[in-house]
Amino acid sequence: MTEFIEYSLLGILSGGVMALIALSFVLIYKGTGVVNFAVGEVMMLGAYFYYAATVTFELAPIAALLLALVGIAVLAVFFERLVLRPLSGQPAVAVLMATIGMASIIHGGVEAVWGGDTYSPPPLLPRTPLIFSDILIPGAVLGNFAVASILIAGFFAFFRYTSVGIALRATASDPVTAATLGIDINAALRLTWILSALVGTVAGILIASSAGLSPLLAAAAMSVFAAIILGGLDSIAGAIVASLLIGWVEALAAGYLGGKSRDVIPFVVVLVILVFKPYGIFGTRTIERL
Amino acid sequence: MRTGIFHETFKSDERMWAVPAVRLWLLIGALVLFTMPLWSGDYLLAMACIVGIHIVATLGLNITTGNAGLISLSHGAFLGVGCYTVAWLGHRGVPFYLTLPAAGLSTACLGVIVGLPSLRVKGVYLAIATLAAHFILTFVFREWVSVTGGVPGTTIPRATLGDFVFVGDRRNFYLIYGCAVILAIAARNLARTYIGRAFVAVRDRDISAEILGVDLLRTKLQAFAVGAFYAGVAGGLLGYFYGAITPEYFVLTLSVFYLAAVIVGGLGTVLGSILGAAFMTFVPEALRLLVNASAHWFPGVAGLLLPMGQAVFGLLIIVFLVCEPHGLSAIWARVRRVIHLWPFRT
Repeated sequence: MTEFIEYSLLGILSGGVMALIALSFVLIYKGTGVVNFAVGEVMMLGAYFYYAATVTFELAPIAALLLALVGIAVLAVFFERLVLRPLSGQPAVAVLMATIGMASIIHGGVEAVWGGDTYSPPPLLPRTPLIFSDILIPGAVLGNFAVASILIAGFFAFFRYTSVGIALRATASDPVTAATLGIDINAALRLTWILSALVGTVAGILIASSAGLSPLLAAAAMSVFAAIILGGLDSIAGAIVASLLIGWVEALAAGYLGGKSRDVIPFVVVLVILVFKPYGIFGTRTIERL
Repeated sequence: MRTGIFHETFKSDERMWAVPAVRLWLLIGALVLFTMPLWSGDYLLAMACIVGIHIVATLGLNITTGNAGLISLSHGAFLGVGCYTVAWLGHRGVPFYLTLPAAGLSTACLGVIVGLPSLRVKGVYLAIATLAAHFILTFVFREWVSVTGGVPGTTIPRATLGDFVFVGDRRNFYLIYGCAVILAIAARNLARTYIGRAFVAVRDRDISAEILGVDLLRTKLQAFAVGAFYAGVAGGLLGYFYGAITPEYFVLTLSVFYLAAVIVGGLGTVLGSILGAAFMTFVPEALRLLVNASAHWFPGVAGLLLPMGQAVFGLLIIVFLVCEPHGLSAIWARVRRVIHLWPFRT
């Protein structure tokens, strides 16, 4: 029983960081209709920026974090301007392939610059473990969960109460009407990409500072696909709930079936959901008309 | 002077090769191709074999993605399924003319299973489903040791026809290009049939296609099955060519490679598949030559070859999507037009 509780807690807590990655993904899908296959790579690149800033240039962790965020934001703007805007109006599949191309470029670039070794960047957060009688929770996992929760709560507030957030939501739900009402669509799309990249970077740095940094980090985003599909691609709340759920299932599977099952369980979940409940738990069913 | 192709009858519209000149060129091309092992050097021949395998696989992905518009990221893993089928059957003494179709069929069955989500979802959801299938398949490749040999890999017995053993590039060349030519003609023919036209209808607007009486469910599964069949045969050829294979070969980069080949070559055309596969095979080679040439000035550059290749694939996908969405085959068509109309300009 203690074992079960420990696995469950660890799983749900690691689901928090997964929720950040899912958020990065859902923001783009909801805001621009693009499925971004480069989320994992953007996350990895941000973590490498952070690593370079702290270790190579010896900056304080907070300054390095800011530098990494700025670097990623600049790249997101370039990508939006140079690749996605010329492709706007093309079929979804074309844009999706462009993001796959982007992922390939980033992955190759990162391996060319930093190689395939595992680095351990300095932690952002304190690492005191939490101990309840005989359950031990590593401090990094707890800290990551806390940062993820605060960030996600911040995003909810941003979309609900600020005028910029409302403008983004308006653009997402109906770009033409939003443009008529004076919202700058291009700026809104650009901001969506920036926000998503920033969230991804934070997630990447959190994972990298607790589990080490290598090009394999990008694969972490792959299991997030299970979460967003379960949550229903276009629902932020769904993505978060599903992330926690998938994190829990993954941890249980890894605990009871062995670590290898972690590589495959999320994808089995994806296939099963897509066959039986393709729009997930919270997703909107779309009705297509001619 | 020919200014264009003008069809006056349905028969001419449906003809496989539009004009007699094309047939002449194809004949010359076939002659050059099939005498190639007699005159070409070892390096060129080995490259030609690899190009041939890639052509077969690209033809398949081009049917699934280019003709039917269903994006598949599990194509690389499908090759693995074909390859392991051939290995397993080959060890049991089954000759290659049975193992290759068997590889195609087993992969096609699997393709139908992977394509099942396409009944309910499409576009991006489908891409994610195929991605999931890719990871599950590569997991199976690593873990099902009795068939795949696990991570250390497995060997594939040589293809034999009577006493003739397909060993070495010169002999495998005929095996590979024999399959490639048959499958390329089959792909060209498929586009002229009801099934091929149904693929295009589904790609362009699936709801309209359904209203016109196209069975969406069956058509989408057929598209997956045909694409997977080509991948299975390509995987089998790959096995016969290399003689030994490890799961390392069937990574996601391979799927991205074929996707890039389809986009670079031109979606939905046989010529595009051939051009794209050849181009994408020679890009890493060109990169390698460049790196070897510059190794004198930048000593550590050789180790960067693999990641650089990956980055270049990505760059090619994006550049072609943004600048030339119809790929090399459209450029080729334009060049031909300029030559035909010379000295006039279009």
